[in-house]
Amino acid sequence: MSISTQTKLDMLRAMLLARQFEETLTELCRQPGKIHGMMILATGQEAVGAGVCAALSPEDVILTNHRSHHHLLARGADPKALMAEIFGRRTGCNKGKSGTLHLAVPEVNALCTTTIVGGGFPIATGLGFAQQYQKQEAVTVCFFGDGATSEGSFHEALNLAGLWRLPVIFVCENNGYAAAQSYAEHTPVESLAARADAYGMPGECVDGNDAPSVLEATRRARERALAGDGPTLIECMTYRWRGHGETDPQHYQPAEEIAAWKERCPIARLSGFLQASGELSDAELEDLRASAAAIVTEAVRFAEESPWPEPEEALDDVWAE
Amino acid sequence: MQMLGMGQAVNQALREEMQRDSRIFLAGEGIGVGIHDSPMMPTYGLLEAFGPERVKDTPVSEAAIAGLAVGAAAGGLRPVVEVMFNPFFTLASDMIVNHAAKLRYLSGGKTSFPLVVRIKSGAGFGAGCQHSHNLEAWVAHCPGLKVVMPATPADAKGLLKSAIRDDNPVVFIEDMGLYFAPAEVPEGDYSIPIGKADIKRPGTDVTLVTWSKMLGVAMQAADQLAREGVDVEVVDLRTLTPLDTETILSSVRKTGRLVVLHEANRTGGFGGEIAALVMEQAFDALKAPLRRVTGPDIPVPASPPLERFYIPDAGQVIAAIKELL
Repeated sequence: MSISTQTKLDMLRAMLLARQFEETLTELCRQPGKIHGMMILATGQEAVGAGVCAALSPEDVILTNHRSHHHLLARGADPKALMAEIFGRRTGCNKGKSGTLHLAVPEVNALCTTTIVGGGFPIATGLGFAQQYQKQEAVTVCFFGDGATSEGSFHEALNLAGLWRLPVIFVCENNGYAAAQSYAEHTPVESLAARADAYGMPGECVDGNDAPSVLEATRRARERALAGDGPTLIECMTYRWRGHGETDPQHYQPAEEIAAWKERCPIARLSGFLQASGELSDAELEDLRASAAAIVTEAVRFAEESPWPEPEEALDDVWAE
Repeated sequence: MQMLGMGQAVNQALREEMQRDSRIFLAGEGIGVGIHDSPMMPTYGLLEAFGPERVKDTPVSEAAIAGLAVGAAAGGLRPVVEVMFNPFFTLASDMIVNHAAKLRYLSGGKTSFPLVVRIKSGAGFGAGCQHSHNLEAWVAHCPGLKVVMPATPADAKGLLKSAIRDDNPVVFIEDMGLYFAPAEVPEGDYSIPIGKADIKRPGTDVTLVTWSKMLGVAMQAADQLAREGVDVEVVDLRTLTPLDTETILSSVRKTGRLVVLHEANRTGGFGGEIAALVMEQAFDALKAPLRRVTGPDIPVPASPPLERFYIPDAGQVIAAIKELL
């Protein structure tokens, strides 16, 4: 299936928004007192969120992790509600309970977000099971990093998903690092996609900085899932420009390695491609950038002007009535 | 009235609830075709009755089973999953403790996780400590989880129905010793509210708080003491969280004495929570120091005399009560 110009522009728009959103967060983290707590960014990985989400229907469910902003924004989450949550405000998408790490946005079928590394795999099988049980025309996408594949839950959940042929797409963002460990320091095999063999599902490795490649792989996986052929493991090769978190000095990431990957910027790549093909003019690209900047500026304004929760609101939302 | 073991009562509750609500499914190790196949067991015959779509035998994967429940609950189903023996809960615990219990809170109340984790527990089978280890205090320590631990088949049926209908995650712990102790169970549909203790024997001299299989030991001790002129009130908690503090406190205010009895070992056990509650809120009513009767702080041993030594008995309860009189 070909990719329409509209879809390519939508992916570019999502990537520009995520980049603007996270570069703004980097700036805000440098300003004392603005942001409380950890800040974990996916700068440089935007093509994964944009490519996967462009292949999905609104009914599909995504399950993300601690590095979630690009997934959620590509899925259509409200940037104002996300930013307010990151600022800890009552108007945040989770009323200040989650902060930046556990952003859950059920409005766009991002039902659960977990920062327990590997925590998403078993839940994704459950979400996929619910879709299969209810005979829904929908799939579940589970985003995770290369580090998460070292967790035991990876084995248990992929085994079950393969066994029951659940409609789950396991999307690995191989960004080269699990916290401070490089890929070679934490995994003895060259390909994570190859591990799919062990669970009776296909595994595919794609250029994770090329949004159209990610989109096409996700489409193939989605079609398989909806046809009842079960799960797929997609490994997206990408790179983490920032540290594990914003306070990480990145001593273990060689400067030349970071620079080389910045040369392979997923946004420059897609916009360059669209300009070369005549699908995007310089002026249109500037408009897209300006639009992303305006959205993020508005989100920050909204967050900063929003009220703090009352302390006693900490007691709410534990129990369903 | 029908006489059922607790496994049969659980089976009846599952059967009736599954007939009522097609969103309910079961999953676990050997719950359809199993190695413990007996009419006394909780999932006996349910595979034949409801088919493999709703009664899911899983691989030996406790984390996957628990995660299946969390995800399926978020996706609109009402999972009831089984952990074969209580110590195996540790393998499932990330999904229950970090996810089932917390994801609703993290979402700001936007999602809910209506699931039941049934856990088979209890010493007395010579299975040793990796198959026998009552961990109810662990789960009771997690905000976001309800913990139910019935002592009678009739309570198990009614409480399991409430657990399945609850929109929160419920950990439902069944002592396997009770599977083989038939008692009266009402026919048909009824439910017992979660969070309500039950006074199984009214009395005036001492409050004996207990739950699960230890209710039998408590009643035995109370019967013996009644013959000696001591009137024991036996409070069966039935639910550990949310805790029915009012029933405990009003009983202690009446009797002025408290003994807590549980099979789990002492340190960090839920008996300490009951003790602290009474010290904080009914200290002035106490006529004597409170006492705990519990398993010792050792893993559950396998050999019959060693295992009998581990499990609290009526003699220990009687001795503890007499110290308070």
